[in-house]
Amino acid sequence: MIAALALGDDALVLSHRLGEWAGHAPVLEEEVALANIALDLLGQARVLLSMAGDEDELAYLREERAFRNLQLVEQPNGDFAHTIARQLYFSTYQELLYDQLAAGSGPFAPLAAKAVKEVTYHRDHAEHWTLRLGDGTAESHERMRAGLEALWRFTGELFEPVEGCEVDWTALHDGWLTRIGDVLARATLSLPEGPRHTAWTAGGGRQGIHTESFGRMLAEMQHLHRSHPGATW
Amino acid sequence: MTTMAADAADTAAYEAVFDAALAAEERIEPRDWMPEEYRASLVRQIAQHAHSEIIGMQPEANWITRAPSLRRKAILIAKVQDEAGHGLYLYSAAETLGTSREELLDKLHAGRQKYSSIFNYPTLTWADVGAIGWLVDGAAITNQVPLCRCSYGPYARAMVRICKEESFHQRQGFELLLALSQGTEEQHAMAQDAVDRWWWPSLMMFGPPDDESAHSAQSMAWKIKRHSNDELRQRFVDICVPQAEALGLTLPDPDLRWNETREHYDFGPIDWDEFRQVLRGNGPCNEQRLSQRRRAHEEGAWVREAAAAYAAKHGEARS
Repeated sequence: MIAALALGDDALVLSHRLGEWAGHAPVLEEEVALANIALDLLGQARVLLSMAGDEDELAYLREERAFRNLQLVEQPNGDFAHTIARQLYFSTYQELLYDQLAAGSGPFAPLAAKAVKEVTYHRDHAEHWTLRLGDGTAESHERMRAGLEALWRFTGELFEPVEGCEVDWTALHDGWLTRIGDVLARATLSLPEGPRHTAWTAGGGRQGIHTESFGRMLAEMQHLHRSHPGATW
Repeated sequence: MTTMAADAADTAAYEAVFDAALAAEERIEPRDWMPEEYRASLVRQIAQHAHSEIIGMQPEANWITRAPSLRRKAILIAKVQDEAGHGLYLYSAAETLGTSREELLDKLHAGRQKYSSIFNYPTLTWADVGAIGWLVDGAAITNQVPLCRCSYGPYARAMVRICKEESFHQRQGFELLLALSQGTEEQHAMAQDAVDRWWWPSLMMFGPPDDESAHSAQSMAWKIKRHSNDELRQRFVDICVPQAEALGLTLPDPDLRWNETREHYDFGPIDWDEFRQVLRGNGPCNEQRLSQRRRAHEEGAWVREAAAAYAAKHGEARS
């Protein structure tokens, strides 16, 4: 189940990154919101990983090269604008993807139908913050621009077809670009112009090729579980 | 009558209405007249309570990224999220008394308002997450259930909602410790070690002994508080002993034993020197907790400014 791993790992890894915000958010309402999104994504990850095997074995006992998540979701949090840029890119993608999966007849239809409601909320949250930061102060505008720019190179990978997902990837890409372009225009920002890929061929994360911070993230995530082989928690 | 005499007569009349409401177990509401000392005392207590929820996120959030199973991780994230929500309820309740969240946070950051001493202890192992749920939330519930009948309406109503969620967290903490206690030898030892470290600080959560408690008598007269510190502490010990037995764990107190005459557990002396040191800022994590809170606030300033600027431009309600 390559597709279950790919979609499950996306949700698992982004959930973990958002969990790192707990106790560090700029305002209490965002402690609640970011934790809420992390929890939704973790719930999705658990369903998806369980379709592929044992959720804890898959989360805690695979090494970096066996993870199939997008490089985008593993990127460190950076400042709040950086996190929001990552949320905007990913939640818009995930909403369009789950919309298509929910409408189809494949194995992900039931999960997607339920999760798309959560994902719509995530996208709405990211859009509102993109507007506030882009069209807020000069500083927030610059930070939002920098976040969007820094993560742009990881967005090409989002539209590499995932084996086992019955999705019109071209339509997904076009819809995504229109939507992001529209939000950024309203936020007085523009679409970044750099390359959509790193020097790696597209699909790096989906093939288990990750960026450097990911291994350290897994070391932290897996350490306790690996220290007690066979224990139940 | 002169104006001043008229004011004094009014105040006496208001005070009589206030006292009658307290006597009749009626709730005081934000628009009701209340003595300034009652107002100030409530602001102090509710703010301290709100701050405790916010600072209390840190020791547990410390383990979110290392939780050993996805189920436990989900439970922990949900719990820390609830705590932020409790902080929000409580700041709202405090605001009905004429202060603002910003003002209260400024006082917290300046060290002019306190939070519960318990959160100045570090979470060193995964089992600490369970010990916090079982003991710290357990002590909080023992303290807070009577506050559901507190004379100030907004505070009492906030406590009803909070206590429901806290009871749930407490059961989850107990269940976490039970899984460890019944797990491998290493897991059992981890659970015992956590209980050994959290037991006494949990007993300190009820505050100083009755004869040293500065605010107790007045709070009880105002029906903010319903039971004394020592009474609640005893109630907590009595609840915990059988629970520890059910867990298969021991409590680190050689003097702990059932007293037939009192029909309560006797327990050993609390290290009040340690308690006072922690309150004074010299606990293991005081510096770290307050620094992290200040840093989150300072580093988030540009985000709050952006939201305000955007709201001003677009007529959106301020977030």
